[in-house]
Amino acid sequence: MSEQSSTIRDVVIVGSGPAGYTAAVYAARAGLAPVVVAGSVTAGGALMNTTEVENFPGFAAGIQGPDLMEAMREQAEKFGAEVVWDDATSVQLGRPVKTVVTGGGETYLARAVILATGSAYRELGIADEKRLSGRGVSWCATCDGFFFRGQELLVIGGGDSAVEEATFLTRFASKVTLVHRRDRLRASKIMAERAAADPKIAFAWNSEVAAIHGDEKVTSVTLRDTRTGETREVSAGGVFVAIGHIPRTELVRGQVDLDESGYIEVVGRSTATNLAGVFACGDAVDHTYRQAITAAGSGCSAALDAQHYLAGLLDQVTDPEPPTETLVTVS
Amino acid sequence: MIIRASDSTFDAEVLGCPDPVVVDFRAAWCLPCRLVEPVLEELAIELAGRVRFVEVDCDDSPGVVARYGVLSLPMIQLWRDRELAGVLFGARPKGDLRAEILDALG
Repeated sequence: MSEQSSTIRDVVIVGSGPAGYTAAVYAARAGLAPVVVAGSVTAGGALMNTTEVENFPGFAAGIQGPDLMEAMREQAEKFGAEVVWDDATSVQLGRPVKTVVTGGGETYLARAVILATGSAYRELGIADEKRLSGRGVSWCATCDGFFFRGQELLVIGGGDSAVEEATFLTRFASKVTLVHRRDRLRASKIMAERAAADPKIAFAWNSEVAAIHGDEKVTSVTLRDTRTGETREVSAGGVFVAIGHIPRTELVRGQVDLDESGYIEVVGRSTATNLAGVFACGDAVDHTYRQAITAAGSGCSAALDAQHYLAGLLDQVTDPEPPTETLVTVS
Repeated sequence: MIIRASDSTFDAEVLGCPDPVVVDFRAAWCLPCRLVEPVLEELAIELAGRVRFVEVDCDDSPGVVARYGVLSLPMIQLWRDRELAGVLFGARPKGDLRAEILDALG
């Protein structure tokens, strides 16, 4: 048994976006010495792919997503959080002492676990999407837009992130067409107006992607009219997919209750899951708001809930009955 | 250690190398590239003497970018016996990356 696997800690936090790091700051300040299993390449969460964050309160001049994550990590470490740069590959959450196993083979034991595993890009789910991924099908305009100078591009989606991607891509592309299933954007008014006013942005309303074509790289896309079912082929050098996210909860499926969309279910306004001592926060829980600041807020709640749970659990040391449900107090 | 290559040195550093070579295409503006770089640095130390690790900055190397049709970052090429044995896209966990490299480069 390694040293890790014989030490029982108070809290292990899985995930390291705004939710995970905020939970770590609070848990560390409460003296719980949390371990944060940050992920080897998912560390920092969704904000690591975000350039300018303009709406995180306190940063009037804006801040780069990775810089914000770095600052949160430093703050958590300052108070005694230990950050592990590895992926959680399996967990056992049903018992009073929970285990989190990493890709590197370490096993961490803890009385409480906070799940802050975030979300991943939603895929179109059509043939050739995977084959042409990296060959013209992309989920990251800031990473890949550079390679599409002077080309005609499609952005799939109708929300704020689709409009942001389209607007960014006009720096490089000759024309960007936003492909949306409905007849109007879902994006906020300011974003929709920005797109409508952009001479390089066109719209394909009531349209969805039926197929993507190309041998070595994307050359064209078949769009299907969502009302009539008619298809048409349009030429495109690249397809940028921005149709939202799916919660990254495969790790805990079968142990923690998930809703029909795969989000972790929590009790009322708390962060408690169906399992005693297991708490969840951030994009893995949130259908609705999905902001850095709401993720951070829920990470704080999770740390406080875990702290209350541990305090209750310590009381149980003198009680012969083991706890059968979470002892979270929802204030 | 990771060797820096560009248009003028790519052929010598990569095509001229008898050992397997991992080439990381990166750019300053590619945020996920920052995630994969420390992972590659660790793998470069772990596999030192068996596999050569090279990085190419896409801003400095338009010729190599065009030659290999780079369309997405991070992109990682795996070279074996001076031939392209595989291409990986996107940041991946260290364990996955190690397995892909060892699998392709034998």
